Amino acid sequence: MRLNFVANGERREVDDVWEGESLLYVLRERMGLPGSKNACEQGECGSCTVYLDGMIVCACLVAAGQVEGLDVVTVEGLSSANRSEFGDLHPLQQAFLDAGAVQCGFCTPGFIVAADELLARDPDPSTNEIREALAGNLCRCTGYEKIIDAVHLAAERLWR
Amino acid sequence: MDFVRPRTWRDALAAKAELPTAQALAGGTDVMVEINFGHRRPEALIDLNPIHELSEWHCQDGVAVIGAGVSYTRLITELGDRLPGLALAARTVGSPQIRNRGSIGGNLGSASPAGDCHPVLLAADAIIEVESTRGERRIPIDDFYRGLKQTALRQDELIRAVRIRTGTGPCQFGKIGTRNAMVIAVCSFAIALHPSNRTVRTGIGSAAPRPIRAPDAEAFVGGELAAAGLWESRKPLPASLVARFGELVPTAAAPIDDLRGSAAYRRHALSVLAVRTLNWAWEEYRTCA
Repeated sequence: MRLNFVANGERREVDDVWEGESLLYVLRERMGLPGSKNACEQGECGSCTVYLDGMIVCACLVAAGQVEGLDVVTVEGLSSANRSEFGDLHPLQQAFLDAGAVQCGFCTPGFIVAADELLARDPDPSTNEIREALAGNLCRCTGYEKIIDAVHLAAERLWR
Repeated sequence: MDFVRPRTWRDALAAKAELPTAQALAGGTDVMVEINFGHRRPEALIDLNPIHELSEWHCQDGVAVIGAGVSYTRLITELGDRLPGLALAARTVGSPQIRNRGSIGGNLGSASPAGDCHPVLLAADAIIEVESTRGERRIPIDDFYRGLKQTALRQDELIRAVRIRTGTGPCQFGKIGTRNAMVIAVCSFAIALHPSNRTVRTGIGSAAPRPIRAPDAEAFVGGELAAAGLWESRKPLPASLVARFGELVPTAAAPIDDLRGSAAYRRHALSVLAVRTLNWAWEEYRTCA
């Protein structure tokens, strides 16, 4: 089937989409947007977190056909939409680098999108609020402490 | 595989009538897992997301009528004040990402024994509105769950809404898992006090092939509350009453040993949850006179 939706602010048309495939597959394999990562394919890990009409979701659990006409923002869209004092990087991405919150990096895009959603509705979250907001994102490397530090750091920089 | 995107509820019912084996798709948090892993290849998916009325809710004459497509996130943010027990259960579902997509109707349609809404819906005496091109039915929750992931839904029917009376009395929910987030219930339990008709209802999750009530425990506590005039006096519950309730609840369950826990652990955990939630609910009843 053919799919029309907005990805990172651009209208896109995608052909030959199989009816049973996920939004994640469409993004990664058909649109050249591999920022959203494919790990568990069952909504357990959060590494494919994207915005769907302004709400964070696991792209692996959204059927491709369900995004027809909707608005999708991936981690690629966050970095390009937020040119800042950090160049191409989103302030959260820079904060993750500065805080040592990136080790293997595989979970990072999902964390960035989920943390961005948190900071958009709560500019100064507590540690518990950060933990709650990021509870759906798994990291096998860091033990989470540096990730939480990074979100605090980004919050400070974004709203100072 | 066909992907059907009806624009209206009528169109959705027509599609389901035409393709009775088609899989209804809402948030995808269950259905897409099965498709991603190749466990199922339904001949068609009927996407219910575009149907506006499924995502609406309203309250009328003391009843909340919740569209099947209302997400767990919205059960918490929009209905938490009217249906706090249901919101408690919704808060324990998956993660923010999952709660944004998963819906009350999807929870019912999947009918996993571990589904988090089920114990509360049983305790609250909910009614499920279903419809097909042949007409509509209201199914009492006690008749809805038929077996392991089996419901009273006929092949051509879709779930339209859930009806729950509001303001009937305290409703509490507890769930056991290995961590606070992203956890499927090892077992779960809900209790609702219904002071208007002097009854207590319960719901048990993840401890039988289907969500069930604990009728002996309900009858016991209801009888004791009436006999001792506790509904009127709102005095503290005797410890022996609470303890006996905790013993009776697990007798209704038929748990199994699996990856998440042993049958013996589930029975024990149910007993602990029963005691805790009864105490919470009674405290709420006493203090909201």
